[in-house]
Amino acid sequence: MNSGEMKFLVIGVVLALGAASIPIVSDGYWLSIATTAMMYIALSTSWTLFSGPTHLIALSTGAFFGIGGYLVGSGMSDYDQSFWLMAIIAPVVATILAMLIGLATLRLSGVYFVIFTLGLAEMIRNLVSWVQNNFLGSRGLYVLTDFTEAHIYWMLLSVATIVFLAGWLINRSRLGFALRIIGNDEQVARHVGINTAWSKVILFMTTGFFAALVGAIVAPRYSYIEPNVVFSPQLSFLVVIMALLGGIHRLWGPLVGVIPFTLIWEAISISFPNSTTLFLGLSFLLIVYFIPNGFVGLFENLTGRMRK
Amino acid sequence: MDILISGLLLGGTYALMAMGLNLQYGVARIMNLANGEMLVLGGLAAFWLFTASAISPLITALVVAPLAFAGNWLIYRYLLLPLVRRSKNQGQLEVDSILATFGISFALVGVMVSIHGEYITYSYLADPFSILGSTVALNRLVAFLAAATIGAALYIWLNRTYAGTAVRAVSVDTEAAGLVGINVDRISALAFALGGAVTAVGGTLISTFITLDASIGVIFTMKALIIIIMGGVGDIRGAIIAALILGLVETTVATVIDPGLTLAAAYVIFLAVLLFRPQGLFGRRTS
Repeated sequence: MNSGEMKFLVIGVVLALGAASIPIVSDGYWLSIATTAMMYIALSTSWTLFSGPTHLIALSTGAFFGIGGYLVGSGMSDYDQSFWLMAIIAPVVATILAMLIGLATLRLSGVYFVIFTLGLAEMIRNLVSWVQNNFLGSRGLYVLTDFTEAHIYWMLLSVATIVFLAGWLINRSRLGFALRIIGNDEQVARHVGINTAWSKVILFMTTGFFAALVGAIVAPRYSYIEPNVVFSPQLSFLVVIMALLGGIHRLWGPLVGVIPFTLIWEAISISFPNSTTLFLGLSFLLIVYFIPNGFVGLFENLTGRMRK
Repeated sequence: MDILISGLLLGGTYALMAMGLNLQYGVARIMNLANGEMLVLGGLAAFWLFTASAISPLITALVVAPLAFAGNWLIYRYLLLPLVRRSKNQGQLEVDSILATFGISFALVGVMVSIHGEYITYSYLADPFSILGSTVALNRLVAFLAAATIGAALYIWLNRTYAGTAVRAVSVDTEAAGLVGINVDRISALAFALGGAVTAVGGTLISTFITLDASIGVIFTMKALIIIIMGGVGDIRGAIIAALILGLVETTVATVIDPGLTLAAAYVIFLAVLLFRPQGLFGRRTS
Protein backbone atom coordinates (compact mmCIF):
# COMPACT_ATOMS: atom_id res chain seq x y z
CA MET A 1 0.00 0.00 0.00
CA ASN A 2 1.55 3.29 -1.06
CA SER A 3 1.12 6.69 0.58
CA GLY A 4 -1.62 7.82 -1.85
CA GLU A 5 -3.73 4.79 -1.02
CA MET A 6 -3.03 5.29 2.67
CA LYS A 7 -4.34 8.84 2.42
CA PHE A 8 -7.55 7.65 0.73
CA LEU A 9 -8.00 4.94 3.34
CA VAL A 10 -7.68 7.48 6.18
CA ILE A 11 -10.14 9.85 4.49
CA GLY A 12 -12.50 6.92 3.94
CA VAL A 13 -12.39 5.82 7.58
CA VAL A 14 -12.95 9.39 8.79
CA LEU A 15 -15.91 9.81 6.42
CA ALA A 16 -17.42 6.49 7.46
CA LEU A 17 -17.08 7.35 11.16
CA GLY A 18 -18.56 10.77 10.52
CA ALA A 19 -21.45 9.22 8.61
CA ALA A 20 -21.97 6.68 11.40
CA SER A 21 -22.51 9.46 13.94
CA ILE A 22 -25.34 11.16 12.02
CA PRO A 23 -28.15 9.27 13.83
CA ILE A 24 -26.66 10.37 17.17
CA VAL A 25 -26.76 14.07 16.35
CA SER A 26 -30.00 14.21 14.40
CA ASP A 27 -33.25 12.32 14.03
CA GLY A 28 -36.54 12.74 12.23
CA TYR A 29 -36.41 14.54 8.91
CA TRP A 30 -32.65 14.77 8.37
CA LEU A 31 -32.03 11.19 9.44
CA SER A 32 -34.62 10.01 6.94
CA ILE A 33 -32.91 12.03 4.19
CA ALA A 34 -29.55 10.61 5.25
CA THR A 35 -30.98 7.08 5.10
CA THR A 36 -32.30 7.67 1.60
CA ALA A 37 -28.96 9.12 0.54
CA MET A 38 -27.10 6.16 2.06
CA MET A 39 -29.36 3.77 0.15
CA TYR A 40 -28.52 5.55 -3.11
CA ILE A 41 -24.81 5.67 -2.26
CA ALA A 42 -24.75 1.89 -1.88
CA LEU A 43 -26.84 1.40 -5.03
CA SER A 44 -25.04 3.81 -7.33
CA THR A 45 -21.58 2.81 -6.19
CA SER A 46 -22.31 -0.86 -6.76
CA TRP A 47 -23.90 0.05 -10.11
CA THR A 48 -20.68 1.81 -11.07
CA LEU A 49 -18.60 -1.27 -10.24
CA PHE A 50 -20.10 -2.87 -13.33
CA SER A 51 -21.19 -0.01 -15.57
CA GLY A 52 -18.19 2.24 -14.96
CA PRO A 53 -15.49 0.14 -16.63
CA THR A 54 -17.74 -1.66 -19.15
CA HIS A 55 -19.77 1.42 -20.29
CA LEU A 56 -22.91 -0.73 -20.29
CA ILE A 57 -25.90 1.14 -18.90
CA ALA A 58 -27.56 -1.42 -16.63
CA LEU A 59 -31.18 -0.57 -15.88
CA SER A 60 -31.76 -3.57 -13.68
CA THR A 61 -31.32 -1.93 -10.27
CA GLY A 62 -35.08 -1.58 -9.80
CA ALA A 63 -35.59 -5.27 -10.56
CA PHE A 64 -32.95 -6.53 -8.11
CA PHE A 65 -33.94 -4.02 -5.45
CA GLY A 66 -37.53 -5.19 -5.87
CA ILE A 67 -36.53 -8.83 -5.53
CA GLY A 68 -34.81 -7.96 -2.25
CA GLY A 69 -37.81 -6.10 -0.86
CA TYR A 70 -40.39 -8.51 -2.16
CA LEU A 71 -38.68 -11.68 -0.92
CA VAL A 72 -38.30 -10.19 2.55
CA GLY A 73 -41.98 -9.22 2.53
CA SER A 74 -43.16 -12.54 1.17
CA GLY A 75 -40.89 -14.62 3.39
CA MET A 76 -41.92 -12.81 6.54
CA SER A 77 -45.69 -12.62 5.94
CA ASP A 78 -46.40 -15.73 3.90
CA TYR A 79 -43.88 -18.17 5.31
CA ASP A 80 -43.10 -16.77 8.79
CA GLN A 81 -39.38 -16.63 8.21
CA SER A 82 -37.09 -14.23 10.04
CA PHE A 83 -35.92 -10.98 8.48
CA TRP A 84 -32.29 -12.10 8.66
CA LEU A 85 -32.84 -15.36 6.82
CA MET A 86 -34.71 -13.57 4.03
CA ALA A 87 -32.07 -10.83 3.87
CA ILE A 88 -29.56 -13.60 3.11
CA ILE A 89 -31.75 -15.52 0.66
CA ALA A 90 -32.83 -12.47 -1.38
CA PRO A 91 -29.37 -11.37 -2.54
CA VAL A 92 -28.51 -14.98 -3.42
CA VAL A 93 -31.63 -15.25 -5.59
CA ALA A 94 -30.80 -11.93 -7.26
CA THR A 95 -27.21 -13.03 -7.88
CA ILE A 96 -28.37 -16.20 -9.60
CA LEU A 97 -30.84 -14.22 -11.70
CA ALA A 98 -28.10 -11.73 -12.60
CA MET A 99 -25.92 -14.63 -13.69
CA LEU A 100 -28.62 -16.03 -15.97
CA ILE A 101 -29.37 -12.61 -17.48
CA GLY A 102 -25.68 -11.93 -17.89
CA LEU A 103 -25.02 -15.25 -19.58
CA ALA A 104 -27.90 -14.70 -21.99
CA THR A 105 -27.13 -11.10 -22.93
CA LEU A 106 -23.55 -10.14 -22.13
CA ARG A 107 -22.04 -12.46 -24.72
CA LEU A 108 -23.66 -10.30 -27.40
CA SER A 109 -23.54 -6.64 -28.29
CA GLY A 110 -24.00 -4.26 -25.39
CA VAL A 111 -27.22 -2.79 -26.76
CA TYR A 112 -29.06 -6.07 -26.22
CA PHE A 113 -28.09 -6.01 -22.58
CA VAL A 114 -29.36 -2.45 -22.11
CA ILE A 115 -32.65 -3.26 -23.81
CA PHE A 116 -33.09 -6.43 -21.78
CA THR A 117 -32.63 -4.61 -18.49
CA LEU A 118 -34.86 -1.72 -19.60
CA GLY A 119 -38.14 -3.59 -19.12
CA LEU A 120 -36.90 -6.08 -16.54
CA ALA A 121 -38.36 -4.46 -13.41
CA GLU A 122 -41.74 -4.04 -15.10
CA MET A 123 -41.73 -7.62 -16.39
CA ILE A 124 -40.86 -9.14 -12.99
CA ARG A 125 -43.50 -6.94 -11.38
CA ASN A 126 -46.10 -8.31 -13.83
CA LEU A 127 -45.00 -11.88 -13.13
CA VAL A 128 -45.02 -11.42 -9.35
CA SER A 129 -48.44 -9.76 -9.39
CA TRP A 130 -49.80 -12.56 -11.53
CA VAL A 131 -48.41 -15.29 -9.25
CA GLN A 132 -49.69 -13.47 -6.19
CA ASN A 133 -53.18 -12.91 -7.60
CA ASN A 134 -53.65 -16.42 -8.90
CA PHE A 135 -51.81 -18.72 -6.53
CA LEU A 136 -51.03 -17.00 -3.25
CA GLY A 137 -54.24 -15.07 -2.81
CA SER A 138 -53.05 -12.44 -0.38
CA ARG A 139 -52.08 -9.03 -1.73
CA GLY A 140 -50.58 -7.27 1.24
CA LEU A 141 -47.21 -8.26 2.66
CA TYR A 142 -46.20 -6.84 6.00
CA VAL A 143 -42.63 -6.40 7.13
CA LEU A 144 -42.85 -5.79 10.85
CA THR A 145 -39.55 -5.49 12.70
CA ASP A 146 -38.27 -3.53 15.71
CA PHE A 147 -35.76 -1.67 13.59
CA THR A 148 -35.67 2.08 13.95
CA GLU A 149 -34.59 4.39 11.16
CA ALA A 150 -31.13 4.58 12.79
CA HIS A 151 -30.72 0.78 12.61
CA ILE A 152 -31.57 0.76 8.92
CA TYR A 153 -29.22 3.66 8.37
CA TRP A 154 -26.34 1.85 10.05
CA MET A 155 -27.00 -1.32 8.11
CA LEU A 156 -26.98 0.65 4.85
CA LEU A 157 -23.78 2.37 5.89
CA SER A 158 -22.15 -1.01 6.45
CA VAL A 159 -23.29 -2.20 3.04
CA ALA A 160 -21.98 0.99 1.43
CA THR A 161 -18.64 0.50 3.18
CA ILE A 162 -18.46 -3.10 1.96
CA VAL A 163 -19.27 -1.93 -1.57
CA PHE A 164 -16.40 0.56 -1.41
CA LEU A 165 -14.01 -2.09 -0.10
CA ALA A 166 -15.14 -4.52 -2.78
CA GLY A 167 -14.68 -1.86 -5.44
CA TRP A 168 -11.19 -1.10 -4.16
CA LEU A 169 -10.24 -4.77 -4.12
CA ILE A 170 -11.70 -5.38 -7.60
CA ASN A 171 -9.78 -2.40 -8.98
CA ARG A 172 -6.54 -3.90 -7.71
CA SER A 173 -7.34 -7.42 -8.87
CA ARG A 174 -6.83 -9.15 -12.20
CA LEU A 175 -10.58 -8.95 -12.73
CA GLY A 176 -10.60 -5.16 -12.43
CA PHE A 177 -7.67 -4.87 -14.81
CA ALA A 178 -9.39 -7.18 -17.29
CA LEU A 179 -12.55 -5.11 -17.06
CA ARG A 180 -10.74 -1.86 -17.79
CA ILE A 181 -9.25 -3.41 -20.91
CA ILE A 182 -12.67 -4.66 -21.98
CA GLY A 183 -14.07 -1.15 -21.50
CA ASN A 184 -11.33 0.38 -23.64
CA ASP A 185 -11.41 -2.15 -26.43
CA GLU A 186 -13.22 -5.43 -26.21
CA GLN A 187 -11.45 -6.95 -29.22
CA VAL A 188 -8.04 -6.27 -27.72
CA ALA A 189 -9.26 -7.83 -24.49
CA ARG A 190 -10.37 -10.96 -26.31
CA HIS A 191 -7.08 -11.19 -28.18
CA VAL A 192 -4.97 -11.08 -25.05
CA GLY A 193 -6.96 -14.02 -23.74
CA ILE A 194 -9.47 -12.43 -21.37
CA ASN A 195 -12.73 -14.27 -20.99
CA THR A 196 -14.74 -11.11 -21.63
CA ALA A 197 -18.19 -12.58 -21.13
CA TRP A 198 -17.44 -14.14 -17.74
CA SER A 199 -15.63 -11.07 -16.43
CA LYS A 200 -18.69 -8.97 -17.21
CA VAL A 201 -21.09 -11.56 -15.81
CA ILE A 202 -19.22 -11.75 -12.51
CA LEU A 203 -19.29 -7.99 -12.07
CA PHE A 204 -22.96 -7.85 -13.03
CA MET A 205 -23.68 -10.50 -10.39
CA THR A 206 -21.94 -8.34 -7.80
CA THR A 207 -24.19 -5.42 -8.74
CA GLY A 208 -27.28 -7.60 -8.51
CA PHE A 209 -26.23 -8.95 -5.13
CA PHE A 210 -25.81 -5.52 -3.56
CA ALA A 211 -28.99 -4.08 -5.10
CA ALA A 212 -31.05 -6.94 -3.65
CA LEU A 213 -29.31 -6.65 -0.29
CA VAL A 214 -30.14 -2.94 -0.14
CA GLY A 215 -33.72 -3.72 -1.17
CA ALA A 216 -34.00 -6.27 1.65
CA ILE A 217 -32.61 -3.88 4.25
CA VAL A 218 -34.86 -1.04 3.18
CA ALA A 219 -37.99 -3.27 3.21
CA PRO A 220 -38.77 -2.64 6.94
CA ARG A 221 -38.93 1.06 6.10
CA TYR A 222 -41.97 0.49 3.91
CA SER A 223 -43.53 -1.98 6.40
CA TYR A 224 -46.19 -2.74 3.77
CA ILE A 225 -44.79 -4.28 0.59
CA GLU A 226 -46.63 -4.21 -2.69
CA PRO A 227 -45.12 -5.27 -6.03
CA ASN A 228 -46.14 -1.92 -7.55
CA VAL A 229 -44.05 -0.07 -5.01
CA VAL A 230 -40.87 -2.12 -4.73
CA PHE A 231 -40.40 -2.91 -8.43
CA SER A 232 -39.98 0.69 -9.45
CA PRO A 233 -38.43 1.33 -12.89
CA GLN A 234 -37.79 4.89 -11.78
CA LEU A 235 -35.29 3.69 -9.19
CA SER A 236 -33.08 2.23 -11.92
CA PHE A 237 -32.93 5.59 -13.65
CA LEU A 238 -32.32 7.56 -10.46
CA VAL A 239 -29.34 5.36 -9.67
CA VAL A 240 -27.95 5.86 -13.18
CA ILE A 241 -28.36 9.64 -13.02
CA MET A 242 -26.75 9.97 -9.61
CA ALA A 243 -23.77 7.86 -10.63
CA LEU A 244 -23.28 9.75 -13.91
CA LEU A 245 -23.72 13.10 -12.22
CA GLY A 246 -20.89 12.28 -9.83
CA GLY A 247 -18.69 10.58 -12.41
CA ILE A 248 -18.28 6.88 -13.06
CA HIS A 249 -14.55 6.65 -13.72
CA ARG A 250 -13.70 6.94 -10.03
CA LEU A 251 -14.91 4.72 -7.22
CA TRP A 252 -15.92 7.71 -5.10
CA GLY A 253 -17.56 9.52 -8.04
CA PRO A 254 -21.17 8.41 -7.41
CA LEU A 255 -20.90 9.56 -3.80
CA VAL A 256 -20.36 13.11 -5.03
CA GLY A 257 -23.44 12.87 -7.23
CA VAL A 258 -25.81 11.19 -4.78
CA ILE A 259 -25.72 13.78 -2.01
CA PRO A 260 -26.75 16.89 -4.00
CA PHE A 261 -29.17 14.94 -6.18
CA THR A 262 -30.96 13.35 -3.21
CA LEU A 263 -31.49 16.78 -1.65
CA ILE A 264 -32.80 18.29 -4.90
CA TRP A 265 -34.95 15.24 -5.60
CA GLU A 266 -36.53 15.39 -2.12
CA ALA A 267 -37.21 19.10 -2.52
CA ILE A 268 -38.82 18.62 -5.94
CA SER A 269 -40.86 15.59 -4.84
CA ILE A 270 -42.35 17.69 -2.04
CA SER A 271 -42.86 21.02 -3.85
CA PHE A 272 -43.67 19.84 -7.39
CA PRO A 273 -44.74 16.18 -7.13
CA ASN A 274 -46.10 16.25 -10.70
CA SER A 275 -42.90 17.44 -12.30
CA THR A 276 -40.50 14.75 -11.09
CA THR A 277 -40.48 12.91 -14.43
CA LEU A 278 -39.82 16.10 -16.35
CA PHE A 279 -37.00 16.89 -13.95
CA LEU A 280 -35.56 13.41 -14.42
CA GLY A 281 -35.52 13.94 -18.19
CA LEU A 282 -33.90 17.35 -17.97
CA SER A 283 -31.22 15.99 -15.62
CA PHE A 284 -30.33 13.30 -18.15
CA LEU A 285 -30.01 15.91 -20.91
CA LEU A 286 -28.00 18.23 -18.68
CA ILE A 287 -25.53 15.45 -17.87
CA VAL A 288 -25.11 14.25 -21.47
CA TYR A 289 -24.61 17.70 -22.95
CA PHE A 290 -22.83 19.65 -20.25
CA ILE A 291 -21.20 17.35 -17.69
CA PRO A 292 -20.42 14.14 -19.58
CA ASN A 293 -17.73 13.14 -17.08
CA GLY A 294 -19.67 14.15 -14.00
CA PHE A 295 -18.61 16.38 -11.14
CA VAL A 296 -15.40 14.39 -10.76
CA GLY A 297 -14.54 15.12 -14.39
CA LEU A 298 -15.20 18.84 -13.91
CA PHE A 299 -13.11 18.87 -10.76
CA GLU A 300 -10.22 17.00 -12.36
CA ASN A 301 -10.32 19.34 -15.35
CA LEU A 302 -10.07 22.32 -13.02
CA THR A 303 -7.19 20.96 -10.95
CA GLY A 304 -5.49 19.84 -14.15
CA ARG A 305 -5.66 23.38 -15.50
CA MET A 306 -4.41 24.89 -12.26
CA ARG A 307 -1.35 22.67 -12.31
CA LYS A 308 -0.45 24.00 -15.75
CA MET B 1 -59.20 -18.65 -35.06
CA ASP B 2 -60.24 -15.54 -33.16
CA ILE B 3 -56.78 -15.42 -31.62
CA LEU B 4 -55.11 -15.88 -34.97
CA ILE B 5 -57.02 -13.04 -36.62
CA SER B 6 -56.75 -10.49 -33.85
CA GLY B 7 -53.13 -11.46 -33.23
CA LEU B 8 -52.25 -10.81 -36.85
CA LEU B 9 -54.16 -7.53 -36.83
CA LEU B 10 -52.28 -6.39 -33.71
CA GLY B 11 -48.99 -7.54 -35.23
CA GLY B 12 -49.62 -5.46 -38.34
CA THR B 13 -49.87 -2.31 -36.28
CA TYR B 14 -46.79 -3.30 -34.27
CA ALA B 15 -44.95 -3.72 -37.56
CA LEU B 16 -45.55 -0.09 -38.40
CA MET B 17 -44.10 1.23 -35.16
CA ALA B 18 -41.12 -1.13 -35.42
CA MET B 19 -40.53 0.09 -38.95
CA GLY B 20 -40.22 3.61 -37.57
CA LEU B 21 -37.64 2.59 -34.99
CA ASN B 22 -35.84 0.48 -37.58
CA LEU B 23 -35.29 3.57 -39.74
CA GLN B 24 -33.93 5.46 -36.75
CA TYR B 25 -31.65 2.72 -35.50
CA GLY B 26 -30.74 1.02 -38.74
CA VAL B 27 -30.02 4.16 -40.76
CA ALA B 28 -29.39 7.06 -38.40
CA ARG B 29 -27.61 4.69 -35.95
CA ILE B 30 -29.46 6.25 -33.03
CA MET B 31 -30.92 3.89 -30.45
CA ASN B 32 -33.96 6.11 -29.89
CA LEU B 33 -35.47 5.14 -26.56
CA ALA B 34 -37.94 8.01 -26.81
CA ASN B 35 -39.62 6.21 -29.70
CA GLY B 36 -42.51 4.99 -27.53
CA GLU B 37 -43.25 8.55 -26.46
CA MET B 38 -43.66 9.55 -30.11
CA LEU B 39 -46.20 6.78 -30.37
CA VAL B 40 -48.09 8.02 -27.31
CA LEU B 41 -48.00 11.58 -28.65
CA GLY B 42 -49.60 10.33 -31.87
CA GLY B 43 -52.28 8.62 -29.79
CA LEU B 44 -52.79 11.71 -27.65
CA ALA B 45 -53.33 13.87 -30.74
CA ALA B 46 -55.96 11.43 -32.01
CA PHE B 47 -57.67 11.43 -28.61
CA TRP B 48 -57.79 15.21 -28.45
CA LEU B 49 -59.12 15.81 -31.91
CA PHE B 50 -61.64 13.01 -31.56
CA THR B 51 -63.04 14.02 -28.18
CA ALA B 52 -62.91 17.77 -28.87
CA SER B 53 -64.20 17.92 -32.42
CA ALA B 54 -65.00 14.33 -33.42
CA ILE B 55 -62.29 14.23 -36.07
CA SER B 56 -61.56 10.72 -37.31
CA PRO B 57 -58.16 9.35 -36.26
CA LEU B 58 -57.49 8.55 -39.89
CA ILE B 59 -57.56 12.26 -40.69
CA THR B 60 -55.54 13.01 -37.54
CA ALA B 61 -52.86 10.69 -38.88
CA LEU B 62 -52.44 13.01 -41.85
CA VAL B 63 -51.84 15.92 -39.48
CA VAL B 64 -49.63 13.93 -37.09
CA ALA B 65 -47.25 12.73 -39.80
CA PRO B 66 -45.82 16.12 -40.91
CA LEU B 67 -45.74 17.43 -37.33
CA ALA B 68 -43.86 14.37 -36.06
CA PHE B 69 -41.55 14.55 -39.06
CA ALA B 70 -40.66 18.17 -38.26
CA GLY B 71 -40.33 17.49 -34.53
CA ASN B 72 -38.06 14.50 -35.03
CA TRP B 73 -35.98 16.35 -37.58
CA LEU B 74 -35.40 19.11 -35.03
CA ILE B 75 -34.53 16.55 -32.34
CA TYR B 76 -32.00 14.91 -34.63
CA ARG B 77 -30.52 18.16 -35.89
CA TYR B 78 -30.13 19.97 -32.59
CA LEU B 79 -29.87 17.24 -29.95
CA LEU B 80 -28.47 14.13 -31.59
CA LEU B 81 -26.21 15.37 -34.39
CA PRO B 82 -23.92 17.14 -31.88
CA LEU B 83 -23.53 13.78 -30.15
CA VAL B 84 -22.74 12.04 -33.45
CA ARG B 85 -20.06 14.66 -34.14
CA ARG B 86 -18.68 14.52 -30.60
CA SER B 87 -18.35 10.77 -30.29
CA LYS B 88 -15.08 9.15 -31.23
CA ASN B 89 -16.50 5.69 -31.85
CA GLN B 90 -19.75 3.80 -32.19
CA GLY B 91 -19.67 2.63 -28.55
CA GLN B 92 -19.43 6.17 -27.23
CA LEU B 93 -22.27 7.27 -29.51
CA GLU B 94 -24.39 4.36 -28.32
CA VAL B 95 -24.01 5.30 -24.65
CA ASP B 96 -24.56 9.01 -25.32
CA SER B 97 -27.59 8.51 -27.51
CA ILE B 98 -29.14 6.06 -25.05
CA LEU B 99 -28.77 8.58 -22.24
CA ALA B 100 -29.90 11.56 -24.34
CA THR B 101 -32.99 9.79 -25.64
CA PHE B 102 -33.83 8.67 -22.10
CA GLY B 103 -33.72 12.34 -21.23
CA ILE B 104 -36.00 13.24 -24.13
CA SER B 105 -38.30 10.37 -23.25
CA PHE B 106 -38.70 11.41 -19.60
CA ALA B 107 -39.09 15.06 -20.54
CA LEU B 108 -41.89 14.14 -22.97
CA VAL B 109 -43.59 11.91 -20.38
CA GLY B 110 -43.34 14.75 -17.88
CA VAL B 111 -44.96 17.18 -20.28
CA MET B 112 -47.67 14.71 -21.25
CA VAL B 113 -48.48 13.89 -17.61
CA SER B 114 -48.96 17.57 -16.87
CA ILE B 115 -51.21 18.00 -19.92
CA HIS B 116 -53.25 14.83 -19.68
CA GLY B 117 -52.51 12.56 -16.74
CA GLU B 118 -55.43 10.18 -17.25
CA TYR B 119 -55.95 7.31 -19.65
CA ILE B 120 -56.02 8.10 -23.35
CA THR B 121 -59.09 6.24 -24.46
CA TYR B 122 -61.99 6.92 -26.76
CA SER B 123 -64.42 4.89 -28.77
CA TYR B 124 -63.95 4.95 -32.51
CA LEU B 125 -65.45 2.33 -34.84
CA ALA B 126 -65.86 -0.08 -31.95
CA ASP B 127 -68.36 -2.12 -33.96
CA PRO B 128 -68.16 -5.87 -34.46
CA PHE B 129 -67.09 -7.01 -37.88
CA SER B 130 -67.10 -10.53 -39.29
CA ILE B 131 -64.06 -11.79 -41.10
CA LEU B 132 -63.35 -15.41 -42.06
CA GLY B 133 -66.01 -16.60 -39.64
CA SER B 134 -64.66 -14.81 -36.59
CA THR B 135 -65.64 -11.46 -35.19
CA VAL B 136 -63.18 -8.62 -34.65
CA ALA B 137 -63.61 -4.98 -33.75
CA LEU B 138 -63.76 -2.84 -36.86
CA ASN B 139 -61.18 -0.37 -35.50
CA ARG B 140 -58.54 -3.11 -35.36
CA LEU B 141 -59.15 -3.99 -38.98
CA VAL B 142 -59.06 -0.36 -40.10
CA ALA B 143 -55.84 0.27 -38.18
CA PHE B 144 -54.31 -2.84 -39.71
CA LEU B 145 -55.27 -1.82 -43.24
CA ALA B 146 -53.90 1.69 -42.73
CA ALA B 147 -50.68 0.30 -41.27
CA ALA B 148 -50.32 -2.12 -44.17
CA THR B 149 -50.83 0.67 -46.70
CA ILE B 150 -48.23 2.90 -45.06
CA GLY B 151 -45.83 0.01 -44.69
CA ALA B 152 -46.19 -0.95 -48.35
CA ALA B 153 -45.69 2.65 -49.46
CA LEU B 154 -42.55 2.87 -47.34
CA TYR B 155 -41.24 -0.38 -48.74
CA ILE B 156 -41.74 0.78 -52.32
CA TRP B 157 -40.18 4.16 -51.56
CA LEU B 158 -37.10 2.48 -50.07
CA ASN B 159 -36.66 0.06 -52.93
CA ARG B 160 -37.80 1.98 -55.97
CA THR B 161 -36.71 5.60 -55.54
CA TYR B 162 -33.40 7.39 -55.61
CA ALA B 163 -33.77 8.79 -52.07
CA GLY B 164 -34.82 5.40 -50.78
CA THR B 165 -31.71 3.83 -52.27
CA ALA B 166 -29.57 6.45 -50.55
CA VAL B 167 -31.26 5.61 -47.24
CA ARG B 168 -30.52 1.92 -47.73
CA ALA B 169 -26.93 2.70 -48.68
CA VAL B 170 -26.39 4.64 -45.45
CA SER B 171 -27.90 1.78 -43.49
CA VAL B 172 -25.40 -0.66 -45.01
CA ASP B 173 -22.26 1.43 -44.51
CA THR B 174 -22.05 5.09 -43.53
CA GLU B 175 -18.50 5.59 -44.75
CA ALA B 176 -18.97 3.95 -48.12
CA ALA B 177 -22.18 5.91 -48.62
CA GLY B 178 -20.26 9.11 -48.02
CA LEU B 179 -17.64 8.05 -50.57
CA VAL B 180 -20.19 7.69 -53.36
CA GLY B 181 -21.44 11.19 -52.78
CA ILE B 182 -24.36 10.67 -50.41
CA ASN B 183 -24.84 13.40 -47.85
CA VAL B 184 -24.87 11.06 -44.85
CA ASP B 185 -25.93 13.68 -42.30
CA ARG B 186 -28.91 14.73 -44.41
CA ILE B 187 -30.01 11.19 -45.14
CA SER B 188 -29.65 10.25 -41.47
CA ALA B 189 -31.75 13.23 -40.45
CA LEU B 190 -34.32 12.30 -43.09
CA ALA B 191 -34.46 8.69 -41.92
CA PHE B 192 -34.73 9.73 -38.27
CA ALA B 193 -37.52 12.20 -38.98
CA LEU B 194 -39.35 9.73 -41.22
CA GLY B 195 -39.00 7.03 -38.57
CA GLY B 196 -40.49 9.33 -35.94
CA ALA B 197 -43.39 10.21 -38.24
CA VAL B 198 -44.11 6.55 -39.00
CA THR B 199 -44.08 5.67 -35.28
CA ALA B 200 -46.35 8.60 -34.40
CA VAL B 201 -48.86 7.56 -37.07
CA GLY B 202 -48.62 4.03 -35.68
CA GLY B 203 -49.56 5.52 -32.31
CA THR B 204 -52.55 7.31 -33.80
CA LEU B 205 -53.76 4.00 -35.24
CA ILE B 206 -53.05 1.94 -32.10
CA SER B 207 -54.92 4.44 -29.91
CA THR B 208 -58.16 3.48 -31.68
CA PHE B 209 -58.16 0.06 -30.01
CA ILE B 210 -55.62 0.08 -27.17
CA THR B 211 -55.88 2.29 -24.10
CA LEU B 212 -52.69 4.33 -23.72
CA ASP B 213 -51.47 6.59 -20.98
CA ALA B 214 -48.71 9.17 -20.72
CA SER B 215 -46.12 6.81 -19.25
CA ILE B 216 -46.80 3.65 -21.28
CA GLY B 217 -44.38 4.65 -24.06
CA VAL B 218 -41.48 2.63 -22.68
CA ILE B 219 -43.45 -0.61 -23.04
CA PHE B 220 -43.92 0.10 -26.73
CA THR B 221 -40.27 1.03 -27.11
CA MET B 222 -39.43 -2.34 -25.58
CA LYS B 223 -41.73 -4.19 -27.96
CA ALA B 224 -40.41 -2.34 -31.00
CA LEU B 225 -36.85 -3.16 -29.95
CA ILE B 226 -37.68 -6.82 -29.48
CA ILE B 227 -39.28 -6.89 -32.93
CA ILE B 228 -36.25 -5.24 -34.53
CA ILE B 229 -33.80 -7.58 -32.88
CA MET B 230 -35.90 -10.60 -33.78
CA GLY B 231 -36.22 -9.44 -37.37
CA GLY B 232 -32.60 -8.37 -37.70
CA VAL B 233 -31.55 -4.71 -37.53
CA GLY B 234 -32.32 -2.89 -40.79
CA ASP B 235 -34.30 -5.81 -42.23
CA ILE B 236 -37.84 -4.62 -43.00
CA ARG B 237 -39.24 -7.99 -44.06
CA GLY B 238 -37.79 -9.60 -40.95
CA ALA B 239 -39.37 -6.91 -38.80
CA ILE B 240 -42.81 -7.51 -40.33
CA ILE B 241 -42.64 -11.26 -39.67
CA ALA B 242 -41.32 -10.61 -36.17
CA ALA B 243 -44.12 -8.13 -35.47
CA LEU B 244 -46.75 -10.64 -36.57
CA ILE B 245 -45.17 -13.30 -34.34
CA LEU B 246 -45.14 -10.93 -31.37
CA GLY B 247 -48.76 -9.91 -32.03
CA LEU B 248 -49.83 -13.55 -32.19
CA VAL B 249 -47.96 -14.64 -29.08
CA GLU B 250 -49.18 -11.66 -27.07
CA THR B 251 -52.78 -12.20 -28.08
CA THR B 252 -52.52 -15.91 -27.28
CA VAL B 253 -51.05 -15.28 -23.84
CA ALA B 254 -53.57 -12.53 -23.12
CA THR B 255 -56.53 -14.72 -24.06
CA VAL B 256 -55.40 -18.08 -22.72
CA ILE B 257 -53.48 -17.14 -19.58
CA ASP B 258 -53.69 -13.53 -18.41
CA PRO B 259 -53.59 -10.09 -20.07
CA GLY B 260 -51.08 -8.96 -17.44
CA LEU B 261 -48.45 -11.30 -18.82
CA THR B 262 -48.02 -9.87 -22.33
CA LEU B 263 -44.74 -8.19 -21.44
CA ALA B 264 -43.45 -11.41 -19.89
CA ALA B 265 -44.39 -13.21 -23.12
CA ALA B 266 -42.47 -10.63 -25.13
CA TYR B 267 -39.49 -11.26 -22.84
CA VAL B 268 -39.66 -15.00 -23.40
CA ILE B 269 -39.50 -14.38 -27.16
CA PHE B 270 -36.66 -11.93 -26.66
CA LEU B 271 -34.72 -14.44 -24.59
CA ALA B 272 -35.25 -17.17 -27.17
CA VAL B 273 -33.99 -14.85 -29.92
CA LEU B 274 -30.92 -13.88 -27.91
CA LEU B 275 -30.11 -17.50 -27.14
CA PHE B 276 -30.78 -19.08 -30.52
CA ARG B 277 -30.84 -16.45 -33.25
CA PRO B 278 -29.11 -13.26 -32.05
CA GLN B 279 -28.47 -12.28 -35.67
CA GLY B 280 -32.21 -12.07 -36.36
CA LEU B 281 -34.65 -14.43 -38.04
CA PHE B 282 -33.17 -14.06 -41.52
CA GLY B 283 -29.76 -12.69 -40.63
CA ARG B 284 -26.59 -14.58 -41.32
CA ARG B 285 -24.23 -15.39 -38.52
CA THR B 286 -21.22 -13.09 -38.62
CA SER B 287 -17.70 -14.12 -37.62
